Amino acid sequence: MEFIRNFPFFSIMLCMFCAIICSVLRRKAAQYFTLAVLFTVMILSGALLYNTYNDGGSFVYYMGHFPAPWGNEIRGGCLEAIFALFISTVAFLSVLAGGKAIEYDIEDKKENLFFILVCLMTSSLLAMCYTNDLFTGYVFIEINTIAGCGLIMVRQLGKSIVTAVRYMVISMLGSGLFLIGVTLLYTLTGHLLMSNIQESVKELISTGDYGMQLTIVIGLMTVGLAIKAGLFPFHLWIPDAYGQSNVISSSLLSSTVSKGYIFLLIKIYFRTLGLEAIEKSGVLNVCFALGIVAMIMGSVLALNEKSFRRMIAFSSIAQIGYIFMGIGIGTKEAVTAAIFHIFAHGLTKSLLFISSSEFTEGSHSKSIDDLKSLGYKYRYSALCYSIGAFSIVGFPLLGGFISKLLLGGAAIGHGPMQWIALLALAVSTILNAVYFLRTVVYLFIPKEHLEDSNKSATLGDHDRDAEHVENNETEKSEKLLLLPGMHCPRYVIGITALVLLNFLLGLCSGPIIDIIEQGLEVFE
Amino acid sequence: MWNLIHEHLNDLVAVALFVIGFGDLLFQKNMIKKIIGLNIMDTAVYLLLASQGYIEGRKAPIVVDGVRDAAAYINPIPSGLVLTGIVVSVSVTALLLSLTIRMYRKYHSLDLDYCLMMARHEDKVNG
Repeated sequence: MEFIRNFPFFSIMLCMFCAIICSVLRRKAAQYFTLAVLFTVMILSGALLYNTYNDGGSFVYYMGHFPAPWGNEIRGGCLEAIFALFISTVAFLSVLAGGKAIEYDIEDKKENLFFILVCLMTSSLLAMCYTNDLFTGYVFIEINTIAGCGLIMVRQLGKSIVTAVRYMVISMLGSGLFLIGVTLLYTLTGHLLMSNIQESVKELISTGDYGMQLTIVIGLMTVGLAIKAGLFPFHLWIPDAYGQSNVISSSLLSSTVSKGYIFLLIKIYFRTLGLEAIEKSGVLNVCFALGIVAMIMGSVLALNEKSFRRMIAFSSIAQIGYIFMGIGIGTKEAVTAAIFHIFAHGLTKSLLFISSSEFTEGSHSKSIDDLKSLGYKYRYSALCYSIGAFSIVGFPLLGGFISKLLLGGAAIGHGPMQWIALLALAVSTILNAVYFLRTVVYLFIPKEHLEDSNKSATLGDHDRDAEHVENNETEKSEKLLLLPGMHCPRYVIGITALVLLNFLLGLCSGPIIDIIEQGLEVFE
Repeated sequence: MWNLIHEHLNDLVAVALFVIGFGDLLFQKNMIKKIIGLNIMDTAVYLLLASQGYIEGRKAPIVVDGVRDAAAYINPIPSGLVLTGIVVSVSVTALLLSLTIRMYRKYHSLDLDYCLMMARHEDKVNG
């Protein structure tokens, strides 16, 4: 057990060093090295999870063996372990499945730089997850932002540069607010370590001093992290950022990066400031309200979207709304449901982004209308995409169903809140079903049907137009032969694993909920 | 009243700077002005931090003349945080400036809204 306590530190440092080493490796080598390191981190997190869960406790690890007020601390419990396992699994599977496709997106000889960013991002997420020190949390938020900015602008198109600038500016606003929140909290309590702050805050509440200042601190930190996670009124950068970048980037950004900030927020709420202070400040109601609005607005925006990947990105906004709604209800069950939804959404969204890339690359079109009957061409991807879509909509047997069930169950018994929450869940689920099932139906429109309608459309036109259409068709089919290497075994293994994990979340939700509950229990 | 202001002069200036910087970062259209706003905002936070750690009449926390009593020195932690913060803000500023250069080369403008419009237009033309 003693040795296992080093694992959080090992996994953070492994990713950091991997980032440094990648800078001198060749393209293929960098990719394989990253995969190996991510796999190792996965195993380390799994071992840590097994141990902390059986142990039932949590531990504090002193960096460099300096005790509390001088040194920096890492804290490990089963909630942190399962979150680290989630991050490393998603990162590993995304790189595994998308690794072949990105070779076409990145300039030659620069591929290793991309993997530096992937490693840096994973390492900063792991550090945000494990750290017990608010200022360290801030530093890693910034590192994460820089890595995320790099991931967005990998494609080097004009639009991705503008998107990256926009992302940076909005993120800087968020981290500025968070930093001043940390500073004010330090002046109030005199501590930066989460456990010490909690003691001081408890004292402050019992004496009733500085109530106003605490509320300001909570507000600043919440808004700062909500901007970075992309909660509804601050969501403007999301669709461009996710819709524009390449497969791995959008999968990582949507399923892990925004979740890292939310996890840090949960840690601040329940571990640093304590539930009492949070409830007193009323910030939970704000989270709840914004979450509800995000659930509806994200879905409505997705419904109106013409571009396929931007639609999936808009659905992320709605899903982040679900998570914030869970946090906003504020009970143990609701937070458990919110954390479960983090996992369910992360695994589903990466599956959707990776499998959808084959359609967009294959048809050379971003539009949803061009998806028609592509399901017969890319059967396996279409199957996996459909499973992901079903999971997001909330079909039984899949992860999304369980998380919706948990969220709904947690909402019941909270006065007027429950009706709003249940109504929003119902409306959002219907909207989800409309826009996701539309794409699934498009994918599986029979080909003959489509050709018939095409013929009837072109028959009435001039011959020249018909010729033009034919030319276009042959051109397209020629281009299709030059597809990015999507049919390699890596891709199939990666998305199959993601599908299986979705089923795992749906079918064996009991143990996972147990782990989350136990983790929350030892959080305080 | 004046006493109170005098006592909290640092905090007030810090808040004013923070608001100016935040407003600049949010509302300015020119990228360079935005970045300047970012730096002003960070500076405000450093001022706040450093003034919190400063105790009137004490020395920098470096042991000289063998005085080991903690009461002789100011609180060193905020200074350490300020240093870390400066490193972070330097790297972020460098990254933003390099992005701005790229954007300028592409669209010949520093106006973020204009560039976004151009990019969207480009996107539409390419389908």
